[in-house]
Amino acid sequence: MSFSRRSAALLAATALLLAGCGGGQDEADPGSTATTIEWWHIQNIKPMQPVWEQLAREFEAKNPNVKIKITALENEAFKAKLTTVTQSGKAPDIFQTWGGGVMEQQVQADLIKDLTADISSWSGTLSPAALAAYQSGGKTYGVPYDIGMVGFWYNKPLFAKAGIKAPPVTWTEFIDDVKKLKAAGTTPIALAGKAKWPGHYYWTYLAMRIAGLDALKKAAVDKSFEQPDFIAAGQKVKELADLEPFQKGFLGADYDTPSGQAATMGNGKAAMELMGQWSPNVQRDTSKDLGADLGFFPFPSVEGGKGAATEALGGGGGFSVGADAPPQAVDFLKFISTPENQRRTVETGVVQPVVKGVEGAVKDQHAKLITENLAAATGFQLYLDQAYPPAVGQQVNDSVAELIAGTKTPEQVVQAITATAKTE
Amino acid sequence: MVRTITRSRDGVTPPRGSGPAAGGAAGRRPRVRRLTTILLFLLPALVLFCLLVLAPILLAGYASLFKWNGFGVLPTNFIGFDNFTRLFADEIFLGDLWRGFLLILMSVVIQLPLALAIAMLLNQRMRGRALYRLLFFAPYVLSEVIAGVLFTMVFSPEHGLANSVLGFVGLDGLASTWLSEPSTVMYSLFIVMTWKYFGFHMILYLAGRQSIPTEVTDAAAIDGANSWQIFRYVTLPLLGPTIRISVFLCVIGAIQLFDLVWVLTGGGPVHASETMAVTMFEFGFKRFQVGYASAISVVMFIISLVFALGYQRFVMRRDIQGAVTNMGGGS
Repeated sequence: MSFSRRSAALLAATALLLAGCGGGQDEADPGSTATTIEWWHIQNIKPMQPVWEQLAREFEAKNPNVKIKITALENEAFKAKLTTVTQSGKAPDIFQTWGGGVMEQQVQADLIKDLTADISSWSGTLSPAALAAYQSGGKTYGVPYDIGMVGFWYNKPLFAKAGIKAPPVTWTEFIDDVKKLKAAGTTPIALAGKAKWPGHYYWTYLAMRIAGLDALKKAAVDKSFEQPDFIAAGQKVKELADLEPFQKGFLGADYDTPSGQAATMGNGKAAMELMGQWSPNVQRDTSKDLGADLGFFPFPSVEGGKGAATEALGGGGGFSVGADAPPQAVDFLKFISTPENQRRTVETGVVQPVVKGVEGAVKDQHAKLITENLAAATGFQLYLDQAYPPAVGQQVNDSVAELIAGTKTPEQVVQAITATAKTE
Repeated sequence: MVRTITRSRDGVTPPRGSGPAAGGAAGRRPRVRRLTTILLFLLPALVLFCLLVLAPILLAGYASLFKWNGFGVLPTNFIGFDNFTRLFADEIFLGDLWRGFLLILMSVVIQLPLALAIAMLLNQRMRGRALYRLLFFAPYVLSEVIAGVLFTMVFSPEHGLANSVLGFVGLDGLASTWLSEPSTVMYSLFIVMTWKYFGFHMILYLAGRQSIPTEVTDAAAIDGANSWQIFRYVTLPLLGPTIRISVFLCVIGAIQLFDLVWVLTGGGPVHASETMAVTMFEFGFKRFQVGYASAISVVMFIISLVFALGYQRFVMRRDIQGAVTNMGGGS
């Protein structure tokens, strides 16, 4: 009884949502006076939200017959809303994408436009590493506006208190430092166990260092993760987890809530976290700004591993264009990708440059650390929960969480990921 | 006393045999016309019911036979019952079944008796009775999401209310990480569920209790029954129908539990508090395996349906006679 009511409500809500989102295409008649572009982005807070708003208004001023309708959503809300809409066969004209496996599914469902020809005249101005995430089978399906990487953000005074003079370079040094921090009475690492994705960075980075980038790619294609190198990566994660380096109750901790991972770091309750370029901004938002006390070091190398210490795990942000979008949507992407306009987004300090020659615009002390490390990167791996098909990516997150919690062994982790890959 | 009970039952149950037989003799044509009228009046509701209730159920059943990532209008990759074989080999789903059973058991054995006890207390004449009723019912009015966010703060391991209170009364030893320990998370979840829903069952029992005429309990008292005997042999049997519907709602609610778990724990840590609905959401909206998620929803639906029909047929038979079990024949 109650079940039916619930599904009824769900369907009604979906219908409303669809009715609300379908508007853009219907009005998009080039001959008439106004073309509306639906733009969904996830920069719903300062400092980026006003910049996007301003750019949209300027584009409208230059193109009087175009209206840009902005929907700014929080990350998870965006994913949920986009899922509902795309599963009905429609997509907004311009929307946030991370590339990888999700984008691949959208391509197969004919939801997004092949932009290769449309942007060929100016795609050369974009950084190839940033663009690569949105390319598949030699075609381009998205335009990047941000790129970044994951690494250890650390609290310098807490490291000093534990007698650590320089950030660790190898895994052995890293493990030693964790022991030193524990001995000094400091929680070495903040981790959001409830959110799962922050934990998957550890396994992924170790897999990159031990097995190498090509092995990760090949494993997904062959649907086979049951290899000694991936098991070794799991053993290293277990070695770390066995030291109990995480804050109290980390399995129930979220990432950006008041008692979550970011706040634990910002409040100086833990010495480091493995996190992406947005870390300082979220710390500021949920707790305090550590300022110059916050340092950054890349994930340590593993002795004897096949991967180099300069290979970076990360991802960025880009925009895809809906299959039925008006041509002005691509014009708008060109507009926000000019060096002048990229500079304005980069100057906010929360976005990394993807247009060549804008690197100098990075002023923020923390953002600069990322820019330097990215410039030195010799290889790039997209987050596994984006790069792989969604089911496989989520399984990596799930299994690594179980590994860290001690309920699964490194062998069971690779078995579970393989089993899921085979269901795709 | 016994006679009063029988009479009150009779009051609910329409006497058998009377009613429809009278209309049956009125010939064929008026009956057809009557049916047409009924159908015409039913049509709008029927269309809505089919579109919003029946169609989604059928669609879920259909999709559960396919391997489908949810894109496109209808699935095409038919795989028969593979989703279901995979489902019953999935340790997370089997865990969901066990955890669902545990929640039902705890709800029926602990939460409902608690609600009953408080309802009986609040039925006494006492100062501030209305205020207490309001206080105990208030959590039910709150949305699940707000309750969830509230209790993530209460159970926070660092500076949560629960641990602070325990420390204050000198029970530091009981302080725990509540939601972040696989071994305790289900009990923490159950505490929140009880806090959230017992008020609803309390109100049901209160209403049931107040419909029992005072003459009955007075008569028992005059006959020399003490207050426990009055409760055990008079009030409780007369509350039967209310208790049966309360158990029914409680079980169905536990089978479909989603919002509270999602906000409190997201099903974790490491699946230790995951319910069927959470697993379904994970596969449908995060892993894009809509066919598999549909299979989960179908199993959930069948469990609910079998329970609902079985329970109504065997347990609530007398309470709802004429509504479901006695369809065509009722007045």
